[in-house]
Amino acid sequence: MKKYLSFFQLRFAMGLQYRTAALAGIITQFAWGGMQVMMYRAFYHTDAAAFPMTLSATASYIWLQQAFLAFFAVWMMENEIFDSIVNGNIAYELCRPVSIYNMWAARSIASRLARAVLRCFPILIVAAFIPQPYGIGTPASLLHFLLFVLSLILGLAVTITFCLLIYVLAFFTISPQGLRMVFTSCVEFFSGAVIPLPFFPDKIRSVMELLPFASMQNAALRIYSASIGTDEIRRAIGLQVFWLVVLTAAGKLLCRLAEKRIIVQGG
Amino acid sequence: MKTIRLYLHYVSINIRCMMQYKTSFLLSAIGQFLVSFNVFLGIFFMFQRFSNVEGFTYSEVLLCFSVVLLEFALAEMVARGFDTFSGMVRSGEFDRILVRPQNEILQVLGSKFELTRIGRILQAVVMFTYGIVKSNVVWSLSKICTLLFMLIGGTVVFTALFFIYAALCFFTLEGLEFMNVFTDGAREFGKYPLGIYGKKMLLFMTFVIPYALIQYYPLLYILDRRTSIFYMLLPLAACWFFVPALLLWKFGVRCYQSSGS
Amino acid sequence: MITMEHVCKSYRIAKRNAGFAEACKALFHREHEIIHALNDVSFTIHDGEMVGYIGPNGAGKSSTIKILSGILTPDSGTVLVDGRVPYKNRIDHVREIGVVFGQRSQLWWDVPVIDSFALLKDIYSISDICYRQSLEELTELLNLSELLRSPARQLSLGQRMRCEIAASLLHRPRILFLDEPTIGLDAVSKLAVRDFILRQNQTHKTTVILTTHDMQDIESLTSRILLIGKGQILLDGSLDDIRTGNKSIDATVAELYRTYNI
Repeated sequence: MKKYLSFFQLRFAMGLQYRTAALAGIITQFAWGGMQVMMYRAFYHTDAAAFPMTLSATASYIWLQQAFLAFFAVWMMENEIFDSIVNGNIAYELCRPVSIYNMWAARSIASRLARAVLRCFPILIVAAFIPQPYGIGTPASLLHFLLFVLSLILGLAVTITFCLLIYVLAFFTISPQGLRMVFTSCVEFFSGAVIPLPFFPDKIRSVMELLPFASMQNAALRIYSASIGTDEIRRAIGLQVFWLVVLTAAGKLLCRLAEKRIIVQGG
Repeated sequence: MKTIRLYLHYVSINIRCMMQYKTSFLLSAIGQFLVSFNVFLGIFFMFQRFSNVEGFTYSEVLLCFSVVLLEFALAEMVARGFDTFSGMVRSGEFDRILVRPQNEILQVLGSKFELTRIGRILQAVVMFTYGIVKSNVVWSLSKICTLLFMLIGGTVVFTALFFIYAALCFFTLEGLEFMNVFTDGAREFGKYPLGIYGKKMLLFMTFVIPYALIQYYPLLYILDRRTSIFYMLLPLAACWFFVPALLLWKFGVRCYQSSGS
Repeated sequence: MITMEHVCKSYRIAKRNAGFAEACKALFHREHEIIHALNDVSFTIHDGEMVGYIGPNGAGKSSTIKILSGILTPDSGTVLVDGRVPYKNRIDHVREIGVVFGQRSQLWWDVPVIDSFALLKDIYSISDICYRQSLEELTELLNLSELLRSPARQLSLGQRMRCEIAASLLHRPRILFLDEPTIGLDAVSKLAVRDFILRQNQTHKTTVILTTHDMQDIESLTSRILLIGKGQILLDGSLDDIRTGNKSIDATVAELYRTYNI
């Protein structure tokens, strides 16, 4: 029995450490994506006419959403930053001649890019091989693809500036935990992570599309499969730029206010 | 029995610990509620656009989702120690458990009792009530029994999945997040009756991991789409799943004892 | 009585080399090395003895303690504690021993210490009378009366350590394993802990096995020393055996390590 046990350990311990972590993450995301596609397929079988876009476009939306999850997941915020605000270590950072806002921005970009790069390629590659219409469809045209990439980058920027705003707001609240919780749920819902925005009733959707959350991932995902017309593409990208500017301005302003407050209070 | 009394003692000390951090407790409970509320909104808005999915109406889906949510929340509340077992192995806390003259399973169960899940439990009950009122289910004693069996069987199946996760922690502490697919994933997947996902999935979820036995088939019985009493008893049959989970756990403990963490 | 005969224990550790290139290689192929933690270890400890188990880090001390407490199974050899094989009858064996891990707490953090004690009473199935007697004795000897109602997180390290030791003795174990019990304690607490352990050994004839790097602990508590190095028992004797001249105990032990090349 003992021999069998150690043999078993041998098998398991054999190099199962690092690659398992990455692999596990990819399998998880793949499973989630697959489940959602199957769900939409069931609805499609029931009533294809009620679909706001083709099943193929829906599937592409879902898979791209999974592939770029690290870009847009608002809950992936840095705990260290919240901790440093709560326990006051942030005061040390404020003494440095670097803008805290920019520092946080750099950190967020770096960590999201790092996490995304590892996951997105395997998911995209495998999803490309899934038979249509359940896999990722090809983009509608080269132009659409380029616009998609642009919108993706803008969306990442909007997400990050929104997160930075939340970090700054943490200076003003007693409980960053509650703040984070409420915002995460809201963002998930309004950005299309629960169900893609096109599936919402038209009146509600037109309002949602004006909010900053729709400028995170929804715009890029819709552009990819050309499920919206040229005018709407222009409007979507315009809104992304708009919110990027507004959120950055608000974030920097509030940050300056917070810095003043801390310096006056003495840390 | 002495074991039950000891377990309740563990539960009481857990709750007392939690009461020291009332704000944190409240925030956690609200947070979890918000997450499953989002899921509910997803279902709600889908049914604004579609009148049914593969023949299941909105109220029927609500019934289905609320039962699954309740099963999962109950399992999480009780078996949270297994769900977070990787921390116990990492910190060496499991060594401490091995040095105490009580069954390891009892001790791991007793190490955490997650009362914050009460937020989800309440939500599930509310949705369930709404589902009953709106749907055309004709209730009888056998249907109430079916519901009870679903809750029992479901909690057992989800607890078994937590056991499997914990057992795997004995072999490797990295890369186990894929197990979420079977626990959180099952909860998400299970918000719609499992039959809508196709024949192959249904087969997998009947014989490999018995999700269908605790959700789909008894649901059909409650909705009068099946009349054989066999369907009522299926959730209890799903408890077979606990046997391999328990064996894997025991095997894991023995491996831990021979390799010394 | 504790007997270990020809006990061997090896571990398979994945080799991790430094450098980026090595880390990439590790993704595809993992090399292993075998560490012989215990290599034919044998000794006997009689009831009521107080033994100091010393050796440099990685010598095999914690493996021995884990085997003796029943957490770890040896690869070969026989282990008997009071006529029982620790890892075979875990629950029966563990009922009669107490373990204090210096760096890890067994008390529940956020509730009063007395609540943790009450739970331990149930875990060890201690009768009401025995519990009351033990508690009275331990409270008096370790000065716990003001500490019992405080949650563990509010106690200083010294206060917490006294509670930890009390917690391990509530069920009146015959054998007590102490792993770094005085680490981080101030001088007053250290003396209190040492004094208490001595008293326990005298009144209750508790067998004490002490693993520590603090040589003053060894000097004040133990009469017998087991020196383990590179998996083997290199010395089994008394403090007087190893003392040469007027050197301090730390210098003596350092010299010892050098002699044995460990």
